[in-house]
Amino acid sequence: MSEPPILVLDGFSVRLPMGADRPHALDDVSLSIASNEILCIVGESGSGKSMMANAIMRLLPNEVAIERGRMMFDGRDLCAADAAEMREVRGAGIAMIFQEPMTALNPLRTVGDQIAEMFGIHTDLSRAEIDARVLALLEDVRIPNPKLTAKAYPHELSGGQRQRAMIAMALALDPRLLIADEPTTALDVTTQAQILKLIRDLQQRKKTAVLFITHDFGVVAEIADREIVMQHGRIVEQGTADAVLSHPSHPYTRQLIAAVPPLKAPPPRPLSSENILTVADVSKTYRTGGFLGRGARVTAAVKNATLNLPKGATLGIVGESGSGKSTLARCIVRLIDPDAGAILLRDKDWAQMKRDDVRRETRHIQMVFQDPFASLNPRRKAAELVAQGPIVHGTPRAKAIAEARELFALVGLDPSAGDRFPHEFSGGQRQRIGLARALALKPDVLIADEPVSALDVSVQAQVLRLLGELRERLGLSIVFITHDLRVAAQVCDLVAVMKEGEIVEHGLVADVFGRPQHPYTKALIAAVPGGEFTAQHEAAVS
Amino acid sequence: MDAVKRYFRSPAAVIGLVLLLVVIAMAVGAGHLYPRDPLALAGRPLLWPFTNPRFPLGTDNSGRDIAAQIFYGARISLLIGGVATAIAVAIGTLIGAFAGYYGGWIDNVLMRITEAFQTLPNFVLLLVLVAVFGSTLTTVTIAIGVVSWPAPARLTRAEFLSLRNREFVQAGRTLGMKDLQLILGEILPNALPPVIVYASVVMALSILLESALAFLRLSDPNVASWGNLIGLGRDVLRVQWYVSAIPGIAILVTVLAVSLVGQGLNDALNPRLKSR
Amino acid sequence: MRILGLAGRRLAASIPTLFLILIGVFLLLQFAPGDTVDALMAQMGGGDAATARELRKFYGLDLSVPMQLANYLWRLVRLDLGFSAIYGKPVATVIMERLPPTILLMTASLSFAFFFGLVFGVIASRSVNKWPDTLISTLGLIFYATPSFWFGLMAIVVFSIYLQWLPAGGFEDIGEVRTGVFRVIDIARHLILPTLTLGLIFLAIYLRIMRASMLEVLNLDFVRTARAKGLDETRVVTGHVLRNALLPMVTLIGLQAGTMLGGSVVVESVFSLPGLGRLAYESVVQRDLNTLLGIVFVSALLVIVVNFIVDLLYARLDPRISAEG
Repeated sequence: MSEPPILVLDGFSVRLPMGADRPHALDDVSLSIASNEILCIVGESGSGKSMMANAIMRLLPNEVAIERGRMMFDGRDLCAADAAEMREVRGAGIAMIFQEPMTALNPLRTVGDQIAEMFGIHTDLSRAEIDARVLALLEDVRIPNPKLTAKAYPHELSGGQRQRAMIAMALALDPRLLIADEPTTALDVTTQAQILKLIRDLQQRKKTAVLFITHDFGVVAEIADREIVMQHGRIVEQGTADAVLSHPSHPYTRQLIAAVPPLKAPPPRPLSSENILTVADVSKTYRTGGFLGRGARVTAAVKNATLNLPKGATLGIVGESGSGKSTLARCIVRLIDPDAGAILLRDKDWAQMKRDDVRRETRHIQMVFQDPFASLNPRRKAAELVAQGPIVHGTPRAKAIAEARELFALVGLDPSAGDRFPHEFSGGQRQRIGLARALALKPDVLIADEPVSALDVSVQAQVLRLLGELRERLGLSIVFITHDLRVAAQVCDLVAVMKEGEIVEHGLVADVFGRPQHPYTKALIAAVPGGEFTAQHEAAVS
Repeated sequence: MDAVKRYFRSPAAVIGLVLLLVVIAMAVGAGHLYPRDPLALAGRPLLWPFTNPRFPLGTDNSGRDIAAQIFYGARISLLIGGVATAIAVAIGTLIGAFAGYYGGWIDNVLMRITEAFQTLPNFVLLLVLVAVFGSTLTTVTIAIGVVSWPAPARLTRAEFLSLRNREFVQAGRTLGMKDLQLILGEILPNALPPVIVYASVVMALSILLESALAFLRLSDPNVASWGNLIGLGRDVLRVQWYVSAIPGIAILVTVLAVSLVGQGLNDALNPRLKSR
Repeated sequence: MRILGLAGRRLAASIPTLFLILIGVFLLLQFAPGDTVDALMAQMGGGDAATARELRKFYGLDLSVPMQLANYLWRLVRLDLGFSAIYGKPVATVIMERLPPTILLMTASLSFAFFFGLVFGVIASRSVNKWPDTLISTLGLIFYATPSFWFGLMAIVVFSIYLQWLPAGGFEDIGEVRTGVFRVIDIARHLILPTLTLGLIFLAIYLRIMRASMLEVLNLDFVRTARAKGLDETRVVTGHVLRNALLPMVTLIGLQAGTMLGGSVVVESVFSLPGLGRLAYESVVQRDLNTLLGIVFVSALLVIVVNFIVDLLYARLDPRISAEG
C-alpha cells in the first residue's frame, strides 16, 4: 500500500450476549484501510458487517461488548478511548451514513438545522459562517435548490435527496474516514447509481477513506478499490476488488458470486402460442385527501396496461418503486378492483366479476408475496397454512393436510415440519411455505410479487432454482414482479418495463435487455451496479 | 408456554397476581368468615380497629362490622369490575373490528358514534345514566360498561387497520376466504393480545368508577361496597378517619393488583421490549 | 395558517358530534322517571293534577318528543339553555357562575400533572431499570390505583385536620372578604389540595406515557445518527429526543380532557367547591334535568375546545401534519 493506513483493526473481537446464535459478532478481525481508497465489506445478513461499523464508532448496543483487540485511528487506540475522546472522533474524524434515510434524520428538525449541528458540536464558527458552509455542502452533493432544501423537513424530500443530505452532513467536517452502512440498499436502482457516483466523486475529490458496507457484489464491482468478504463474523477473503471478483479463492466467496444472477439472459425457450392470461387496458387511479371534493390528489397508479402471458411461460414485470407493478399484480388477483379494462383468464373477465364469483374462481390464480415474515399468519402451523386454501374450497381437512405434506416435499421442506409455527423457519423456508400454499390450489397462473427481494443472495438463488424446477414439472405460467433486472433476466421469458403506471417497453427478455429501445429501459439497464463485472462474470460462466 | 414463563419472571407481575388472588379469596371466603349480613348492626358504633378482637377493623357509624364489609365489598368490586369490563370489551371489540376491517362509511359512522361517547366526559354520562335508570347493581354495572367501550373500540380498530393490509390477510383473500372468516379466524386472534391487556386497564377504571359513584351515594346502597363505606366515613372524618381510610386501601390494593397483572401480561405477550 | 385551517376542519367535524351527543342525551333523558315538573312540585310540597298540567304547558313539556327536541335545538342555537326550575334562574346563568372554579381547577391540575409527569418520566427513562426508575414507576402505579376522592379525604385529614396548614374545603374564605392579591392567595390556598387530588392520577398517566415514549424514541434511528455526530447524551435528549417524545403526551391531553372534567365532579364534591362538576351532581340528585342537559352541552363543548387547542399545538410541533391534505 502506498498510502499510510487511516484505520487499522488488529485481532478485533466483539462478544454477543448469552443465548445469541453464536458467541461472537466479530471474531478476530484484522484489516486496514488507507486514505484515498474505497474498501467494501461484503456479506449476507448475520455476517457481522453492520456490527463492524457500529463497533468502530463505539456505538454498540448495551448487551454487546468489545472483547479484545485494537482499533488504531490517528495514532490512538479507539478501544481504550473514553467517552469524551470518542465524541471528538465521531463526526469530525470518522463519520457515518446509514441505510434508511427516512428514519436516520430527525423528522421534527429541518435538514439545514441538522447539518449545522455538526458544526455546532465540533467547531466555534459563527452562525453566518455555518449557514454558508451548509449551503456549500448541499451544493457539493448536487441537491437541487440548496437554499430551499436547507429549510425543508426530511419528509418533504425524496429518498435520494435525503441520502444526499446525509452525505453532506457526514462530510461536513472533512472526516478522514467515512463509514457507509448499506446507504443505497433502500433506494431505487437509478437513484442508487447516482448516489454511488456521488460517493465516488466526493471520495476522489476529498481523498477520504471510505468503508462501504454492502451485500451486493454489483456495487462492489462498481466502486470498490479493495474488498473484504465476511461470513459469520469472520473475514474469509480480502484483496483488491478485481482480484477477488475474477479469481475468488474462498469457497464461500465463490458461492456468493455465483449466486448473483448475470444480466444476460439464458437462451430463450420455445413459447406456447396460446395465451392463458390477457390483461387489456387495465387502469387504476387513486384519489386521496380533498375536502368537499376540492384539492384532492389524483394518482394514476396504473394506466392502460396491456399484457399477454402465454401458457407455461414466465412474464416479468420490472420497475422501480412507484411504477405501479405491485398495483397491477393486485388488480389481476382482484385484491384491488381495477377502474377500467379487462382481465381474461379461462374465458372469464376477472375485472368485472362480482365478489362472490371472484372468491370461487380465485383458485385458478394464486399469489406469492414478498415479505416472508408478514405473509404467514404467525398463529397457525405451517401445514395448516398450506391446507387452508383447499379447505375453504371444500376439500376435507384430513385430505388437505396430507396433500400439504406432499407439497412440502415438493418445495424442498421436511414434511414433518408442518407442525411448526412460522417463526421457527428461516426467511427462505417461509417463502417455500408461501409457494406451497399458492400451489395447493393447483392454479393455472401464479403471480409472484417480488418473492425473493427480501432474501439473502444465496437463499435467493435457491428459491429461484426451485421456482424453475416447479415451472418445468408443473407447467406453471408465472407473472414475476421484481425491481431487480438481473433476477428478471434469469427467470423470465418475456418482460414488461413499467414506469409511473405505464408499460413503456415489452417483449422477449433477450431483446428488451440486449437491445433496449425506450430511454427509460436503457437508463434502468445502465443503472444496474457493476455492469462490467457482470459482463466479466458472464464471460467466465459461459 | 413461553408467555407463562415470561410472566413469572417479573417480580411485579407475580406480586400483582398474588394480591389479586388474595382479593379473590376474600370475596369467595366472605360468606364463610362472616355468615351474617354485613350490613346488619353488629356492635357498638365507631369502635377503633384493634381494640376489640371481635371487630379487628372496628365498626362504622351505625355499628356495622368494617371487616365484614371489606370482605363482602371485594365481591362487589370484582363482580362489577369483571362484568362491566366484559361488556365494554365485547361491544368495543365488535365495533372496532367492523370499523377497522371495512373502512369507508361504516368506519365513519362507527367512529362518529365513538367520538360522541368520548367527547362527553364519561363520568357525566355515567351520572346521566344513573339519573335515568336508577342505582341498582345491575344498572350501575351496565352503565359503567356502556361508558367504557370507546377505548377498547379504538384499540381494536387500530389493530384491525394495521392487520387488514398485512400480507397474510391478503393471502387469505386470494385463497378465497370470506370476510367473516378473515375477521374472526385470521385477524382477531392476532389483534386480541393488546385488547386483552387493555381489559385490565378497563377493569381498574371500572372499579374506580363504581367506588366514586358509591361515594357520591349514587350507587346501590343495599350492598356492602367499599365506596359506600368511604362515603359513610366522610361524616366522621375528623376523628374516626379509619372508617374511610380502610376501604380506600382495599380499593388501592385491588386496582394495583389488576394493573400489575395487566402489565405483566403485556410484557409476557410482547417480549420484544427488552429494555423495559 | 394551514395549521389553523386543519384544526378548524377538525373543529367543524366535531359539530355533528356535538349534536349527536345532545340528541342522544335528550332522548335518553326522556326515559327518566319524573321530570322537572315533578321535581318542582316536590319542592313546592305537592300539588294537584291541574297544577301539574298547567306547569307542563308552561314549560312546553306537554308537546311530543320530536317537537320538544326541535324546540330545544332551536333555542340552543341561540345559546338559550332553558330555565332551571330548581335554581330559579336560566340554566346558562347558573352554569356561567359555576364555570370559573372548574376551569381554574382543571388548568391547575393539568399543568401540575403534565409538568411533573414530564420531568419524572424523563428521569425514569434515563435510568431504566435502576433504582430511580423503579421508585418513580412504583409510585406512579400507586398513584394511579388510588381513588381520587379517597386521596382527597385523606389529604384533608392530614393537612387540614391534623396539621391545619390548608383549608378543608370551599373556594375562598367566606368569613372575610378579600381583594386583589390577598384574594388570589386565598383562592390558591384553597385550591392546593383539590389540584393535588385531581392531578395525581393524571400525573401517574403522563409519567408512564412519557417514560414509554422516551424509551421508544431513544431506540429510533435518528438518535443513533445524533450520537454518530458526536453529540453528548444530554444534548441528544434535549435536542432530538424530547420534542419527538412529547408528541404522544400532547395527544394525551386531548384524550384525557373528558376524564379530567369527569374527575372534577368527585373532587369538587369532596372539597365543596362551587364548580360545574358539583353542579352536575346536584342536578342529578335534584332531578333538574334541564341543567343536566346544559352541563352535558357545556362539558362536550369544553372537550372540543381543548382538543382544538391540542390540534393546534400538535401541528405546531410536528411539521409532518401540516403537509397532509
